[in-house]
Amino acid sequence: MNEKKIIELKDVAKSFDGEIILDHISLDIHEKEFMTLLGPSGCGKTTTLRIIAGFVTPDTGDVVFEGTKINDVPAYKRHVNTVFQKYALFPHLNVYENIAFALRLNKVSEEEIFNRVEEMLAMVNLRGFEKKDVNLLSGGQQQRVAIARALINKPRVLLLDEPLGALDLKLRKDMQNELKNIQRQTGITFIYVTHDQEEALSMSDTVVVMADGKIQQIGSPTDIYNEPENAFVADFIGESNIIDGIMLEDYKAKFSGQIFDCLDKGFLKNEAVDVVIRPEDVDVVAPEKGMLQGVVDSVTFKGVHYEIIVTINNFKWMIQSTDYVAPGQKIGLYIEPDAIHIMKKSEYSGMFGDYSSFSDELESLGDVDALEEEE
Amino acid sequence: MTKKSLLQKAVAAPHVMWAVLFIIAPLLFVVYYAFTDKDGNFTFDNIAELAQASYLEIFLRSLCFAFLATVICLIIAYPIAYFMTKASPKTQKILIMLVMLPQWLNFLIRTYSWMAILEDTGIINGLLTSIGLEPVHMINTSGAVILGMVYNYLPYMIIPLHSVMSKIDNRLLEAASDLGCSNFKVITRVVFPLSMSGIISGVTMVFVPSISTFYISQKLGGGNFDLIGDTIERQFQTAYNYNLGASMSFVLMIIIMISMAVMSKYSGEDDGGVIV
Repeated sequence: MNEKKIIELKDVAKSFDGEIILDHISLDIHEKEFMTLLGPSGCGKTTTLRIIAGFVTPDTGDVVFEGTKINDVPAYKRHVNTVFQKYALFPHLNVYENIAFALRLNKVSEEEIFNRVEEMLAMVNLRGFEKKDVNLLSGGQQQRVAIARALINKPRVLLLDEPLGALDLKLRKDMQNELKNIQRQTGITFIYVTHDQEEALSMSDTVVVMADGKIQQIGSPTDIYNEPENAFVADFIGESNIIDGIMLEDYKAKFSGQIFDCLDKGFLKNEAVDVVIRPEDVDVVAPEKGMLQGVVDSVTFKGVHYEIIVTINNFKWMIQSTDYVAPGQKIGLYIEPDAIHIMKKSEYSGMFGDYSSFSDELESLGDVDALEEEE
Repeated sequence: MTKKSLLQKAVAAPHVMWAVLFIIAPLLFVVYYAFTDKDGNFTFDNIAELAQASYLEIFLRSLCFAFLATVICLIIAYPIAYFMTKASPKTQKILIMLVMLPQWLNFLIRTYSWMAILEDTGIINGLLTSIGLEPVHMINTSGAVILGMVYNYLPYMIIPLHSVMSKIDNRLLEAASDLGCSNFKVITRVVFPLSMSGIISGVTMVFVPSISTFYISQKLGGGNFDLIGDTIERQFQTAYNYNLGASMSFVLMIIIMISMAVMSKYSGEDDGGVIV
């Protein structure tokens, strides 16, 4: 990754009507980076994007673009373009004129406009759509027009505000790949806002996890997944069992009544910690061979694996296994040292319990709420 | 497509009756009188009579005044309507009420008030002379007539403009400035084309009453600026020549229809225009 900073946010804070939206965040964005701001609704990710775009002025702190403070530079003078949630295409203009919009403002020759619009249409696979009415396009097509319109002026940074939120799953996957390709081709810095952790992990160079107006963690997708900083990140990204534990000494943790070897160090002696174990990192073994034993509560077939809920010391674990076990069966769990990740206690400790109330349906309902609140 | 049920027809019946009695029938009367003489015989004489220079001058003046009043209304109303949409919903309600407030007063009283304001010894000239300036002659000028039209019909320009503009998605304005539009260009490139249906409605609602008005010109123009409305009124009220009056009404209707047709042609494929 390029180390040259293109945008810096320095101690930026913003409140609306006395409610803190952004609580003093600092963030560096590098050239050619694909950065994703990830978080639940109301976490401040969209406000961060709008501050960079110039639609929102921060209460305190600086927005710096290539070394120059741009707090007071209006949106139309920034070398930044936006792909809006729900696209915001101009309904009075056809596909060609929507894409040509930015060029028409700059007295570009008709010939160059034509060439560049055609180039953009080719890039987003919409050749032949020039004269089409944007109101009659499908969601995916409108999205492509919005991307072409935002990219035609060759911005230094492209901001994308939940651009795929309104598309169905299959189309969303295709567009994720296309966006990633476009970003590689053009070398433009992308700042992408989403509440979909899978989208964030599969597309980004850097993921910024946000909650409650604060940055919880900045890192590569693998860092974020494997080394979550606190219980919020561990819970928000993927599935995780988060257990109260005690760090006895370096490389030795105690939880669920047992002592485990692990790879973490640098904690105080007997420090209370949160222990994260991903469901796919637990091996199901015979009870006598297991480090922990428990009785299976329920089993759900998920296609690639079974999702097993098992109770051990009143804590309901989620385990993903390709081997079937029957509900009521006694099983053993085997956990390798590298499957254990130790986190310092945080304000989020204890908020994300075990899987006793877990349900897929509730999760997806939560997503719908999140979408509606953002709008 | 399903056929309308009997109940649906029954519900629509009063409206159909209303339309026939009070819209279609009067129109037919106008056409009848316009093309008959005093004895009820068919004739083109009434229409032909309007080709006289004196009548042509009146038609031309009416068109001119109505056109000017409409343009001035549009120029005044457009920024007002635009900035109204920027206010909070609560403030917008109050502003709309303030725009409509003068309409609660009787039309005649409003026009009389303007006479008091504009007269040679009226309020404005009183103020001017009191601070030592020369009085300005305003009443009984063409300007006073147009002012009267603008004042009376301005709300009918502001309201449709505001209603269309307030429906423009704010994200479109953000998208425009994101793509490089200064505030002014946001208005010319996005707000203006998207508010075209409101402009058409507003222009219609100001132009039509302006071209057919008769009272404003008499009171504020002192009888120096006869408009079509005044002439028609005189035919019915003073000259008792229903046939000539009806033929003027008929031609006025044609002029309005042509104007509207031209308007909607320029508005392109727009859907929101008002049908006359």
